[in-house]
Amino acid sequence: MMEEQKRIDIKPDELPAKVSEMHSSGYRLVQIDCSGTGAIEINYSFDKGYSFVNLKLTIPSVDTEVPSVSAIYRNAFLYENEMNDLFGVKVKNISIDYKGNFYRTTVKRPFNPEAQS
Amino acid sequence: MTKRTIIPFGPQHPVLPEPIHLDLVLEDETVVEAIPSIGFIHRGLEKLVEKKDFLDFVYVAERICGICSFIHGMTYCIAIEEIMKIKIPERAEYLRVVWSELSRMHSHLLWLGLMADSLGFESLFMHSWRMREKILDIIEDTTGGRVIFGSAKIGGVRKDIDDATLKAIVKNLKSYRKELKEITDVFIKDPSVMHRLVGVGTLKKEDAYELGVVGPVLRASGWQSDTRKLGYAAYKNINFEPVTEKAGDSYARCSVRIKELFQSIDIIDQAVSKIPAGPIEIKVTGTPDGEFFARTEQPRGEVIYHAKAYGTRFLQRLRVRTPTFANIPGLLKMLPGSNLADVPVLVLTIDPCISCTER
Amino acid sequence: MRFFIMSRTVLKSLFRRPATIKYPFGPRILSKKARGSIAIDISKCVFCGICQKKCPTGAIEVTKEQKSWKIARLRCITCGYCVEACPKKCLRMGNQYTEPMLTRHEDMYKNA
Repeated sequence: MMEEQKRIDIKPDELPAKVSEMHSSGYRLVQIDCSGTGAIEINYSFDKGYSFVNLKLTIPSVDTEVPSVSAIYRNAFLYENEMNDLFGVKVKNISIDYKGNFYRTTVKRPFNPEAQS
Repeated sequence: MTKRTIIPFGPQHPVLPEPIHLDLVLEDETVVEAIPSIGFIHRGLEKLVEKKDFLDFVYVAERICGICSFIHGMTYCIAIEEIMKIKIPERAEYLRVVWSELSRMHSHLLWLGLMADSLGFESLFMHSWRMREKILDIIEDTTGGRVIFGSAKIGGVRKDIDDATLKAIVKNLKSYRKELKEITDVFIKDPSVMHRLVGVGTLKKEDAYELGVVGPVLRASGWQSDTRKLGYAAYKNINFEPVTEKAGDSYARCSVRIKELFQSIDIIDQAVSKIPAGPIEIKVTGTPDGEFFARTEQPRGEVIYHAKAYGTRFLQRLRVRTPTFANIPGLLKMLPGSNLADVPVLVLTIDPCISCTER
Repeated sequence: MRFFIMSRTVLKSLFRRPATIKYPFGPRILSKKARGSIAIDISKCVFCGICQKKCPTGAIEVTKEQKSWKIARLRCITCGYCVEACPKKCLRMGNQYTEPMLTRHEDMYKNA
């Protein structure tokens, strides 16, 4: 159907620099998503005009800490709290941190169950 | 230093259609800060995709939300069709457009009724929902269900509408337009309604873009952005322009939705005049392998389905980002500085569909 | 500033009949294509079990030895998948919905 969906792979320490670059070029943050069990792939989606760009970041396990982008994009805190609750990904310095109580489920980390806390 | 009190705007409230919780920090009846808390209807539907065959999951996707149900099913089908590189017949694309626009009309009329109810204007609420019944009758005649259509399918649509019925629908909607104008004029011109909506909850243009709000909330602050312009499902052959307003307050959001109602009737007219004859579905074989982001325009904004598949009959990951999830930061920016009595009106202007937000 | 904009609509609804019907004292007229409960012609059924495989909620149960076809009415979502998939075309979808019931009743049809 549609438009080009560009995809750029980056490493965790390049994340704040790349996201600030997107912000100053006028892109808006559309969503933050993650998938997988064991090694986890995190995906940041941006959009400007109708063009769509994704930044993909792979971390080897949930113990690796990922820096938060909520200082640059204020609406990122909802997506980062959700990642923390459902997958167990540790994100540092979220602007409003619910500390695991965003979705109150009976099972901790329902989407990534074999990860140890 | 004035004393601060915290009031819970609870999950149970007469004005809310679905439960959401806000903790409001007040100084003498003026809201200073608001902290949201969601998760009351979390059903874990994204986990279910690992257990259900990808062809059967359309039924679950349609039932994520009751108001915008057809567009959820259609977006799931578009995501899988793009991964498997299937091209569906033209007639199916036009039928999808007709049903999407009917969905949009019934959702906006539902919202208009709830808005009138939150202001206390109950008889206008009843009249809006009476107008909505006529749209639901058209939908029941063509698909069989009033809210859950059951007509999206990977490879096309499940049911056909014959040409005579399509022409009858267009004729019905022409006479419907006059009655609709009478009701929507009350929202736009009545002084008591205007007094409650004008100047309340203003969201400035730069803030709206930065916070990532979508849909009518973004268009009411002056940005011309409508995901239907991407051209999925026969929208590439239809001429229309996104409706915008400049003021960014609740009155602007109300009037954007009213103009979109009339624009939907025009779009259905154009689609019915251009629809070709032909088959409505195509046979699907094989399993999906790949990844795609499907973006479509729901009545509340832009919805994104991220589907990832590795060649088996079950998808590996399906992620649904719904428009209300993106509009919550906008709500948190609108609330500080407003009165406690305006909070229900402001929560309703973003059109909260909480069962979509926490699938 | 115009006042009484709503008055035209209010006067019209005073003199029209109401938009609602007095159900259950008046009839509920469903359109011909409305989705209702499933009916089966048991003499044509060969008990192949395709409808059981296609049903998304697992409402249908077919046993070949006893020649019986069972449907749990409250689990059926009236999607129509079984009607499309049946090779002998013995399933039909009417337009009357299943009435509310007090127990979880299952309808069983046998070809004895």
